[in-house]
Amino acid sequence: MLVRLSAAIAAFYMLSGAGVAQAAAKPTDPQIAHIAYTAGLLDIEAAKQALSKSTNKDVRAFAEDMVRDHTAVNDKALALVKKLNVTPEDNDTSRALTKQAAEKRAELSKLDGAEFAKAYIANEVAYHKTVNGALETTLIPSASNPELKSLLRTGLKIFQGHQQHAEEVAAALK
Amino acid sequence: MLPGRHLFVFVVTIWGINSVPAHAETIQITIDNLVFSPEELKAKVGDTIAWINKDIVAHTATARGDWDVMIPANKSASLVLTKAGIVEYYCRLHPNMKGWIAITPE
Repeated sequence: MLVRLSAAIAAFYMLSGAGVAQAAAKPTDPQIAHIAYTAGLLDIEAAKQALSKSTNKDVRAFAEDMVRDHTAVNDKALALVKKLNVTPEDNDTSRALTKQAAEKRAELSKLDGAEFAKAYIANEVAYHKTVNGALETTLIPSASNPELKSLLRTGLKIFQGHQQHAEEVAAALK
Repeated sequence: MLPGRHLFVFVVTIWGINSVPAHAETIQITIDNLVFSPEELKAKVGDTIAWINKDIVAHTATARGDWDVMIPANKSASLVLTKAGIVEYYCRLHPNMKGWIAITPE
């Protein structure tokens, strides 16, 4: 999942770089907003699946944190795009994220108990690592609006916290 | 009547002044953009620590095996220090946030 997702993000930027006669394959602010919002939404969906399937106390607490935090960040993002009069724009990266999350959800739906808990948390570690990497190397440097850049930076700090939290839960499940 | 009243005010004032050094303090720690500020501070047993969370997400101030204070988004929460020692605390929800309090006896 991690490798495929990174490859999808890399492929998108390489393709758009080659296809468009531009110096850099930079996503636009409407595309960045869409990618960040989608990434949050997908993690909320993953958390809802965990809440419906897992009885593990730590896993449920983690999933509840994900729903609460990503909802707060996405609400802020929605308020910002409204204020800036920006319409988030669907793009290959958000489509790749959505497709791969759906595949992961289908895979996880076949698991139960401790197996599900471990697989969900392992994927949360990998997913946050990928999204944080994309924020650091592509999305934040490419954002041109300072308010969007600032929200992405705050988001990155929050999601780095989630990655560390997920790593702790994963270690406790072993 | 008047002198008596003055004496009462005088006594109350003296008592008030004398009791000030014994009073515990309330020390504020602001949380902004996932940073406890100040990150390190000195306090004494009996002091109150008040965390003011300016972030859009909830945090905790958690000292392993000791206290666990929940601080909702855009709200504050407090704790009275009861034990001396150097305490390292962190946010359970975002373990990349850390703070330290050096607590001296009362």
